[in-house]
Amino acid sequence: MSVFQEAALVAGKDLRIEARARVISQQILPFGLIVLLLFAFALDPDRGVLQRVAPGLFWITVLLASLLGVSRAFSVEAENGARDGLRLSGLDGSSIFLGKAVALAVELLVFEALLTVGVVVLFDVRLASLPALVLGTIAATVGLAAAGTLYGVLAAGIRARETLVPVLLLPIVAPVLLGATRAWEASIDGVPGDAWPWVALLGIFAVLFVGIGMLAFGPLLEES
Amino acid sequence: MSEPVSMGEGLMSPVVRRVFGVLALFALAALVVVGLFVAPPDEVQGDAQRLMYIHVPAAWLAYLAFGVTAVSSALYLWPRTRSFVWDRVAGASAELGVIFTGLTLLLGSMWGRPVWGVWWAWDARLVTTAVLFFLYLGYLALRRVPAALDVRAKRCAIAAMIAFVDVPIVHFSVTWWRTLHQKATVFNPDLNAEIHGTMALALWIGVLAFTLLYVYLLDLRYRLEVIEEDREERELEAAIADRVQGGMASPETVGVGS
Repeated sequence: MSVFQEAALVAGKDLRIEARARVISQQILPFGLIVLLLFAFALDPDRGVLQRVAPGLFWITVLLASLLGVSRAFSVEAENGARDGLRLSGLDGSSIFLGKAVALAVELLVFEALLTVGVVVLFDVRLASLPALVLGTIAATVGLAAAGTLYGVLAAGIRARETLVPVLLLPIVAPVLLGATRAWEASIDGVPGDAWPWVALLGIFAVLFVGIGMLAFGPLLEES
Repeated sequence: MSEPVSMGEGLMSPVVRRVFGVLALFALAALVVVGLFVAPPDEVQGDAQRLMYIHVPAAWLAYLAFGVTAVSSALYLWPRTRSFVWDRVAGASAELGVIFTGLTLLLGSMWGRPVWGVWWAWDARLVTTAVLFFLYLGYLALRRVPAALDVRAKRCAIAAMIAFVDVPIVHFSVTWWRTLHQKATVFNPDLNAEIHGTMALALWIGVLAFTLLYVYLLDLRYRLEVIEEDREERELEAAIADRVQGGMASPETVGVGS
């Protein structure tokens, strides 16, 4: 099997588990929406503040949800010795990484699509320049998923992983928040020219972390 | 009863380390004299500018320390040079780096208040330094997680490499962000006018003093790491001996041993 076929197997497994367990739709999505509501409580909706800072709020919510997603992606492997199964499966470390990262990225994209509806409805945001916005979102999500999967396996065997992963992951993905927020701002303002450099930066981040993940995942999984 | 507790093998002989320590002490004393008394107060900033004589060396030391962490982590990951020496150097250096990054931020903040009028400004360099601080703080948290030595070493070396790769991206994105939206006002080239004479001398003495101090502290911290590993090994052996002696079903020894 090629790397991509193996990755598709792993991604299919993770997505099937998600589809059946419905943790994303029943827990993580409501979490995201309640965060949007809390933002409205914190920042008075009548002063137009929400509308102006909506891209930042959106991406902070995504960042928080991605922490939950990472934790979820590896708690699935922690039960019933599933991680040993994965190690013994004979699948290549880089394919397992790709598969898990793709599954996480797909889950996050679904989450983001629904959260976007929330932002548009609740914060009265008008989306313009869709190509830059969509591409930027995809690049940012792939970067987030890759970095998250990498730190997820790094902390997989550790008892304090729930608190360790945010401390490790959030500073690393700070550029993603920065880039994705700027790309969204530029797209919403209708000046996609300003968004493209940020989309490129997000793309570089994504490629870099997919690369590192494919290299490092195998050795890390062995010892988690 | 047991063999004497080792004082820890250092990176260098105790004599050499002591020489570095004494030299660092002398250089620091010279820095105090030149920085506080010989160098004139800044025309614009007054005495507050004297903070630069330790702020800049601290920042230099932080970069040096993180650079050493990255190189040692890479050397650990490279199979031919794999040795716990590099793991310990990486950990010791990262600890110094975090402390001196914190010091850099603190001193910069103390300087910024009288000179800029604010404790903090969203300048690219400041933001990058703050992210750097948190990146390696996370690394140190990871080092504190108990695990078998080789597991911890590999895990931490990979984390250090990731952090190192991330730094340029953070720097680049932050710089871009701050320049796209507003021109840098605080790091105006006019403010960073060229310095000369005793002021430059004080700065150079500071850099020298902090570098010597770094070498001294690195070796000290390295030895501490060796002693810690040694202690853990002894405790493990004692626990195993306890269990062997107490047999299988003795709850007291099991409780004490673990």
